[in-house]
Amino acid sequence: MFEIRFHGRGGQGAVTASKILALAAFMEGRYVISFPFFGTERRGAPVTAFTRIDDGPILLKTQIYNPDAVVVLDTYVMTSANVKSGMKNGSYLIVNTEKEPGEIDADHRTATVDATRIATELGLGDRTNPIINTAMIGAFARASGIISRESAIEAVKSLSPRNKEKNAEAAGFAFNETRLGWGN
Amino acid sequence: MQAIQKYNAILTGNESVAVGVKLARVGFVSAYPITPQTTIVEKLAEMVANNEIDARYVEVESEHSAMAATFASELAGVRSYTATSSHGLLYMHEMLHWTAGMRLPVVMSIVNRAIGPPWNIWSEQTDSMNQRETGWMQVYCESNQEALDSIIMGYKIAENRDVMLPLMSMEDAFTLSHTTEPVSIPDQAEVDDFLPRFDLDFKIDPERPMGYGSYVPPEGPFMELKHDMMESMRNARKTIRKVTEEFSEAFGRNYSGLIERYRMDDAEYALIASGALASTGKYVVSRLRERGKKVGLIRLRFFRPFPDEEILSATKGLRGVGVIDRSVTFGSSGATAIEVRAALYGKSETPVAGFVAGLGGRDVRIEDFEEIYSHVESGDTGNYYINLKGVN
Repeated sequence: MFEIRFHGRGGQGAVTASKILALAAFMEGRYVISFPFFGTERRGAPVTAFTRIDDGPILLKTQIYNPDAVVVLDTYVMTSANVKSGMKNGSYLIVNTEKEPGEIDADHRTATVDATRIATELGLGDRTNPIINTAMIGAFARASGIISRESAIEAVKSLSPRNKEKNAEAAGFAFNETRLGWGN
Repeated sequence: MQAIQKYNAILTGNESVAVGVKLARVGFVSAYPITPQTTIVEKLAEMVANNEIDARYVEVESEHSAMAATFASELAGVRSYTATSSHGLLYMHEMLHWTAGMRLPVVMSIVNRAIGPPWNIWSEQTDSMNQRETGWMQVYCESNQEALDSIIMGYKIAENRDVMLPLMSMEDAFTLSHTTEPVSIPDQAEVDDFLPRFDLDFKIDPERPMGYGSYVPPEGPFMELKHDMMESMRNARKTIRKVTEEFSEAFGRNYSGLIERYRMDDAEYALIASGALASTGKYVVSRLRERGKKVGLIRLRFFRPFPDEEILSATKGLRGVGVIDRSVTFGSSGATAIEVRAALYGKSETPVAGFVAGLGGRDVRIEDFEEIYSHVESGDTGNYYINLKGVN
């Protein structure tokens, strides 16, 4: 079983990202479950969402405490929420930032991608609220190899409420541009 | 276990329920929004607006009125549906008695959510456990697939002439309602074959005026009508077993009647749980099995009618049973623990311990189940709250 935890702020689409990832893995023939830590959600507040992927039926319905991957949609969340909580040796840390992986974290398999720039250049959302969750699915695919680039793009197309093609492009660009902080 | 290819969608629990309602060809929906139930009726309102279902959707000003409207349409002979949660369900309480007492086979979804104070919108079963005495059947689902299927099976059970009682189908707040899982959506034609069209013998008909719910003195048939409901609940046990078998034949998913036995064949100890908790419980049971522990899980699907016979036979010869309640009955042990002990009293030597866990949506973790199991393994008969923290 592979467990992923998303951290973002309300309005950035962390919950949708967890569902897109579930769909991508489901399309590849795997069992999935995705769920938000649903709270008093409001625009700007920290939000957590979860996805589990496995080869057989998934019975475990608790929150995820020891993630195999953490996806951070917004580095500001890293100052307010303990996004690295419970991460294991070898867990992936995938962050939306213009920085290099080594500047973010040297203890985990850290990958970075400038999803905000990708979204802004494609005209997804606006300058203050760019749609970055779809790019982060591409980055997850590249960093973890758990889903393919093609599945990431297909799932993004399927679940984006609008701008399907541009969101799919964002996932594809992010896949290509993701920087890995470990030898690969 | 189904191969993944048999699933044709990934849906949230609430989306799954709305699809179940559509497939059951419900003709009337009335509801008042309350988190986390709201997206069920939003989806249904959308389906009605898009002519995807041939149903009337009536907005009302409260849950009490939602059940009154559902009651009335069902009495006019139309298959009717509503959904609610938490305080909304409590507000409906009076009309729940009336719907059951009038023998109207309504099906309703409950998204189990805590009751305040303090305010809390997360998962807990106290809301529906509070409705034990209303005469409604109660089924607790552990997956989105079961939430969908229970609507279809629910109408078939409720509308059976030997039963004629309403049914509420429960899903856990967020843990199912807002959780996305693979779901197999049945074909409409298959559902139509399984679930016949609804008609009511005693429906309101201007050509055939009748009195409904009239005044009855102590010597009138009041006590007899209540006894008749009790008999119908008894009949419901048989009907539930039969309908789940028919469902299994038609759709290939076996819900095995009122309870599900998980790894019980050679078990010496058992956990008893319902809803999504039972799903995590199964996961923990498998882990304990890997460590050589002879433990199984009994998943309580139906709480009303209570599966006395099944519990007695499933726990026969066990060295310990632990009952997990995600609800509060102040001044006694957990609601399920009370019922399990009553079912076994005088007929079984098996020690029964009771555990209250996960109130207000507190996550019931793997280590919490393991703590519960350690009590059970020692033959404990006490009552405990699990994962209590200090209060500042």
